[in-house]
Amino acid sequence: MANSKITVENLNLHYGENHALKDVNMEIADHAITAFIGPSGCGKSTFLRCLNRMNDLVDGCRVEGKVILDGEDIYDKRVDTTLLRKKVGMVFQQPNPFPMSIYDNIAYGPRLHGIKNKKELDEIVERSLQGAAIFEEVKDRLHKSALGLSGGQQQRLCIARALAVSPEVLLMDEPTSALDPISTLKIEELMETLKKKYTVVIVTHNMQQAARVSDDTAFFLVGEVVEKNATSEIFARPQDKRTEDYITGRFG
Amino acid sequence: MNGGTHASVMGNRKNKAVVETVAQIVFTICAFFAVLAVVSITLYMIISGTPAILKVGLGEILFGTEWMPTAADPKFGILWVILTSIVGTTLAILLGVPIGVLTAVFLAEVAPKPLAAIVKPAVELLAGIPSVIYGLLGIYLLNPLMYKLERLIFQGSTTHQFTGGANLLSAVIVLAIMILPTVINISETSIRAVPAGIKSSSLALGASHVQTIFRSILPAAKSGIVTAIVLGVGRAIGEAMAITLVSGSSVNVPLPFNSVRFLTTAIVSEMGYSSGLHRQVLFTIGLVLFVFIMIINVVLNKILKKGADDNE
Repeated sequence: MANSKITVENLNLHYGENHALKDVNMEIADHAITAFIGPSGCGKSTFLRCLNRMNDLVDGCRVEGKVILDGEDIYDKRVDTTLLRKKVGMVFQQPNPFPMSIYDNIAYGPRLHGIKNKKELDEIVERSLQGAAIFEEVKDRLHKSALGLSGGQQQRLCIARALAVSPEVLLMDEPTSALDPISTLKIEELMETLKKKYTVVIVTHNMQQAARVSDDTAFFLVGEVVEKNATSEIFARPQDKRTEDYITGRFG
Repeated sequence: MNGGTHASVMGNRKNKAVVETVAQIVFTICAFFAVLAVVSITLYMIISGTPAILKVGLGEILFGTEWMPTAADPKFGILWVILTSIVGTTLAILLGVPIGVLTAVFLAEVAPKPLAAIVKPAVELLAGIPSVIYGLLGIYLLNPLMYKLERLIFQGSTTHQFTGGANLLSAVIVLAIMILPTVINISETSIRAVPAGIKSSSLALGASHVQTIFRSILPAAKSGIVTAIVLGVGRAIGEAMAITLVSGSSVNVPLPFNSVRFLTTAIVSEMGYSSGLHRQVLFTIGLVLFVFIMIINVVLNKILKKGADDNE
């Protein structure tokens, strides 16, 4: 892989006694979509949350190993998680807009990072909403509550909110599993455009989704990466028997 | 199909209907008790509070500043009493609400579990302490402190009437402490009810924990915090026992170091020996308090809830 954005080396994660991720090594390509698939509880979401250190918040969670982002180990003691999470944005499974206006939702991140100028904020809000392909739908109600949007719109709003702090990596944790098929389609289309500017990592339960949108796919099973390859390869010629069983629907 | 062995769906409709109807009547009667209580209290307050208004005059009572109920030419002005209740309650809210909300934040978000396990029961116990005990503690702890402060501030003053520490400030502090359990418990519940996704999203955008608390968790818990404030106001304005003991209970302009009388304490301290018109005026004070609480409940709920709803 010529240019990888993130390199993970010998990552182990324990929740108390539970060894949840076992010696994970992985290269995540820049300006591409990498999908993590695997059955529930296989560690794919946990691994995703290692990439912006959201696991720091979990009691009794221990991480060993290295996650190197643009040459810097994000588990280094000197890392400022604020700057890390600004660079590595995240979208969650449940659309979870803040109970405030659409505008304030998008401006939340930039304001945190010290942008107060109204004109500058206006530009960021518009650009982010454009970037998440929702601007046209909400441009006349920017100052209305975000909770009035439909689930699919809320999720695109959350993507826009993440884009507003100009991240370089976008982590998406099953972003469409709570959405209807049409909203899902819109978000999948959006991912195609997002990868031109961002490195996208997506966790998905839906194998067809991984096959449709991703460039690379990693298959997780009980805390281990069984196989990681170009998506076309994984689905056409799985190297491991377990991968084959999973993608052909024999378990999972 | 085994013909003839189908289960019948025909029931005893009559019996069932009787049980349903009786249950509904019982529910309705229970619900009616609360309504009955409110209506009868309202009626009673109006009936017993109006005679004095007719005799003395509404303006005279509400805006008069002289309170001499037992003089030969009695005066029944309660303006200072009304203002004391307003000022005292407002100050108690301004002092108690921030402390209460921040304590709730501490319990819900900041405190390590073992510490929260100590603070939380303490707060709950605070709610169970009878108000007269607060008053006794106020006399024992607060008043001497206030007296020291008073002597320090008004050293050499010839105009200040010394109170021995029983003043508005003591009452405000006692009230602020008394509303704490209400404010803390309700705020904490509403903070804990904020969806975890709100917190994660904020942190994932690079917010620190403190930024997350003030910029997303508290705004999301706003409606519950508003309820906490409304109930706190209700408790503060209606409290009588504790503040009778610490406020000095003489009718004065509500300044921090003045001995003051609240609407509630006016009734409590005089009802025992009053008679005739004096007694009727005390009922009018009760009516004023009653109207106050009604107005405050309706207005606060409207204004504050509206502010919260705009964001939902």
